[in-house]
Amino acid sequence: MTWRAVIYFSVLGVLFVLVGIFQSWSVALATLNLCLISAIMALGVNIQWGFGGLFNAGIMGFAAIGGITALIISHPPVYGAIQAGGIGIATSGVFLLIAGIGLWLCLRLVRGPVGIAFAVGLGIVGFVFVSSEFSEATRAIEAVDPASTGFLGGFGLPIILSWVIAGFTAAAVAIAIGKIALGLRADYLAIATLGIAEIIAYITKNEEWLTRGVKNVTGLPSPVPAPNEMQSHPWVQGLAEWLNAERLQLLSEPDRAAALGVHVAETASILIKLSYAGLFTIVLAAIATLCALALNSPWGRMVRAIRDNEIAAEAMGKDVRGRHMQLLALGCAVVGIAGAMLVTYEGQLTPISYQPLRYTFLIWVMVIVGGSGSNAGAIFGAFIVWFIWIQSETIGYWLVDTGTYWMSEDSPIRAHFLKQAQYFRLFIMGVILLVILRFNPGGLIPEQLRQKLQNPNGKHGGQSA
Amino acid sequence: MTEVLNAALLLTNFVVAPSLIYGAQLALGALGVTLVFGVLRFSNFAHGDTMAFGTMVTILATWWMQAVGLSLHPLPTALAALPIGMAITVVFVLATDRVVYRYYREKNARPVILMMASLGVMFVTNGLTRLIIGADDRQFFDGARFLFTVRDIRDLTGLAEGVSLRSTQVVTIIVALLSFSLLALFLQRTRVGMAMRAYADNRTLAVLSGVRPQQVVMITWMLAASLAVCAGVLYGLDKSFKPFTYFQILLPIFAAAVVGGVGKPIGAVVGGFIVAFSEIALTYPYRKVVLYLFPDADLEGRLLQLVATDYKFAVSFTILVLVLLIRPSGIFRGTTL
Repeated sequence: MTWRAVIYFSVLGVLFVLVGIFQSWSVALATLNLCLISAIMALGVNIQWGFGGLFNAGIMGFAAIGGITALIISHPPVYGAIQAGGIGIATSGVFLLIAGIGLWLCLRLVRGPVGIAFAVGLGIVGFVFVSSEFSEATRAIEAVDPASTGFLGGFGLPIILSWVIAGFTAAAVAIAIGKIALGLRADYLAIATLGIAEIIAYITKNEEWLTRGVKNVTGLPSPVPAPNEMQSHPWVQGLAEWLNAERLQLLSEPDRAAALGVHVAETASILIKLSYAGLFTIVLAAIATLCALALNSPWGRMVRAIRDNEIAAEAMGKDVRGRHMQLLALGCAVVGIAGAMLVTYEGQLTPISYQPLRYTFLIWVMVIVGGSGSNAGAIFGAFIVWFIWIQSETIGYWLVDTGTYWMSEDSPIRAHFLKQAQYFRLFIMGVILLVILRFNPGGLIPEQLRQKLQNPNGKHGGQSA
Repeated sequence: MTEVLNAALLLTNFVVAPSLIYGAQLALGALGVTLVFGVLRFSNFAHGDTMAFGTMVTILATWWMQAVGLSLHPLPTALAALPIGMAITVVFVLATDRVVYRYYREKNARPVILMMASLGVMFVTNGLTRLIIGADDRQFFDGARFLFTVRDIRDLTGLAEGVSLRSTQVVTIIVALLSFSLLALFLQRTRVGMAMRAYADNRTLAVLSGVRPQQVVMITWMLAASLAVCAGVLYGLDKSFKPFTYFQILLPIFAAAVVGGVGKPIGAVVGGFIVAFSEIALTYPYRKVVLYLFPDADLEGRLLQLVATDYKFAVSFTILVLVLLIRPSGIFRGTTL
């Protein structure tokens, strides 16, 4: 940590305290929790872009994988639905696996056009066979009490377990993508990940038997006590009374009991958010420590050498593609973990919330602004960018309001622009990204290099050349 | 015999004709991506939003023309507004080049940095479009809807099925063919076009031979922006204008460019049609067609749709993956990636 990082993080702390005082502590803590989750996602992107120069344009997809994993691990099973279509789903899964292995064998053993023809034939036969079985099963599942379930549910295991499993699932998908797109130009990884993310988002939205689609799955089990459980603890009530003693004393006896109830609810909600913040901080600290250790290890120096000059590193005998694969898998695993944490925090899976601007490109802005290649930078970037993202709607509204001040009060143009003011934050994010990328490509807390490079610009080669 | 004719008409109306139209729109978009890639060497993520921006300007110009009473009836007014949309978008894109891309070009930055910069441009364009026109769905088509309808053909032939020809389809085909041939003529026959190809082929050699890089880059952006506006307006006339759809269309456009071979204009055109045809042919429910051909078939209420319409993006993605696995340089051997 440099003095710069210390100053930046202190400013951030002051900002949160200001929000706590002037808006409310509940808002400040809610922002903080999302900042922590975003910071983990940003660390994941930093592993790929900052350490290795890999452009993954599909962060949203891996966050969604994390979300689905959290759902499947934690939601109690829906026995009716499993009876109705569980066997159908299982058999189509097995057939899919067999067809997949067959495809792979065709392409591996029989090379050339014959192999491709075989594979295509097998694919069509397998597809027709699986899809009829599958669509029947899904129809049966979705018909089971569609208003409240209509999906398979999950395993009913503790939701925290899903954070680990989400990492593995996301990494598995990343490896599949990497097998196809790594080793070609950087553009191909970007396009392929952009595509897989769109598909995963569509699966989340449309496969009702798995995620209930747009109907959302609410009420996922929480790793911290529920609000009413929290409120029933005597020490919570005592704490609420103690915190608000001055205010309560001013009230008469009957009013006091009612007011105390409100304060207890408020205290409980803050305590719940605080416990989430504690959990998230532990995960963030663990991942950040691992990242820092990795970056300062021989492995870290190797991946940075590959990033800065792929050809030279390859000439030195480094396995460029293998290292890229590791970075891609590790980064996606971290994003998947954060995705599962987000669903845990919200207590529900909201498929339509998976938007590329929010989950892919905003995280990118966080990493670039904070400092690509620097873990402290990625974390700081996540905090500050999320903060701006939350507040920029207000800023945008204010700017539009001021900009159209000269127009008459009932002018339709003014009304139109005020209605669109929410989109100002996209514009602000774009401008921030472009300005940082051009004038401060190292970011706010740049990567620390052990030896200063002999570069007159003082920037490391990876970002400028 | 009539049954076969009915099935053929059905397929023409719902698969072949829409694929041709959609393919032409994708091809126009992919041409822009491929030109930028060939000359500037990066995948332009802002291309979809450039399309949206140009379409927005065209819509605004259309509204203005409608307000002052200008009309091309029976053609849609948007065609008259298209040049205005193109001009303003060209200016906008040149401005982004001046402010954003030129700096990295002069520094000889890695392509991935330019790609990152295009992400920033995408955000800004996206925000601007939504700020000005909003994120809602908009129809801006006016003029005659059909040249002939399904009913006209049915009455004429006495068959159960028919084919319709919408005016937007004719307009799309004519504009696309015009653009393709003009672009081909420009690249093959004019000095500047040849300079562009030389620059894309071997930058150093071209510059040594007296090609002016600034001019080549400028022409490339102008072409890419004009093609993007054409693609965007035609797509919007055919369906509707919604900024988010224009961001999503980026994936099929990239797939089209990659299938044909990145950097090859002819590849972009062919790729556009391949992607469009696969997307529509795989998401079309064949139930009625099969019932015409095999009236006794027992379909148990199945639609016989190979891929659900919601997964049309999976089709472009699968095509992309297949190309990457089998022939990464694309059909026409584009830039070796």
